[in-house]
Amino acid sequence: MESMLHITTLHYLVLGAALFLLGVIGVLTRRNVVIVLMSIELILNAVNLNLVAFSRMWGGLHGQVFAIFVITDAAAEAAVGLGILIAFFRNKETVNIDEVNLLKW
Amino acid sequence: MAPVATPFFFYLLSGIMLIGGVLVITRKNPVHSALALIVTLLAQASIYLMLYAPFVAGVQIILYAGGIMVLFLFVIMLVSVDRVQRERQFNSQWVVGIIAATALGGLFMAVYTKGKDIFPEHALPMVESDNTQQIAMKLYGQYMFAFEIASLLLLVAIIGAVVMAKKRI
Repeated sequence: MESMLHITTLHYLVLGAALFLLGVIGVLTRRNVVIVLMSIELILNAVNLNLVAFSRMWGGLHGQVFAIFVITDAAAEAAVGLGILIAFFRNKETVNIDEVNLLKW
Repeated sequence: MAPVATPFFFYLLSGIMLIGGVLVITRKNPVHSALALIVTLLAQASIYLMLYAPFVAGVQIILYAGGIMVLFLFVIMLVSVDRVQRERQFNSQWVVGIIAATALGGLFMAVYTKGKDIFPEHALPMVESDNTQQIAMKLYGQYMFAFEIASLLLLVAIIGAVVMAKKRI
């Protein structure tokens, strides 16, 4: 119990892993495209948490700079993904991800 | 300043983050999911503050919770019809998805319990009064090329998103 009271890097890594798993479950099991995109944002945040935790462990700031770049990348990806979603909704009037089946045999 | 009550804040914030994460993936209404994700992002910014990263915490609040989630909410209001919320919410492969996620979780736990000893103790508490200046020195010095490429990426993303969402190109 004493090891749970002293917060080490491993605690932050386990928290990041739990967030990553929640994001993966959201991507794999939901049918609404918007919620799948939000689960992808959860995954990116889990990675950011790992980066900043390792930056704290080693003392340098490289992890934090990388985390800033990941946030920038997530913004660009969210914008393009939502643009694709709007185009998809204009064609099919639904946000069900099972309807994206034009390439299915 | 010495940190105070670190375990209490860590467990409180991680509990808020995990509950928010579970709410994101299980709510029927996508607006509820977006609000739960905003709560998760704000709790994560607080954990960044605990990790002596105030600039990343500020960037997270301004950009992520204040920019990306607002974009999500706009698009939810554009595409969310009431019919969507009355349909089935979880797709037909949810069993395989849960099994795959459990296997991934087992892999994470195996790695973390086996390599528990290689993580050293925390470094000295980082000075946070000049954290922004230090990040600026690294960002405009060593990572200048990546910075320029990130701005080019944002330009391409803006053009792409506008072209995708226009009615007639």
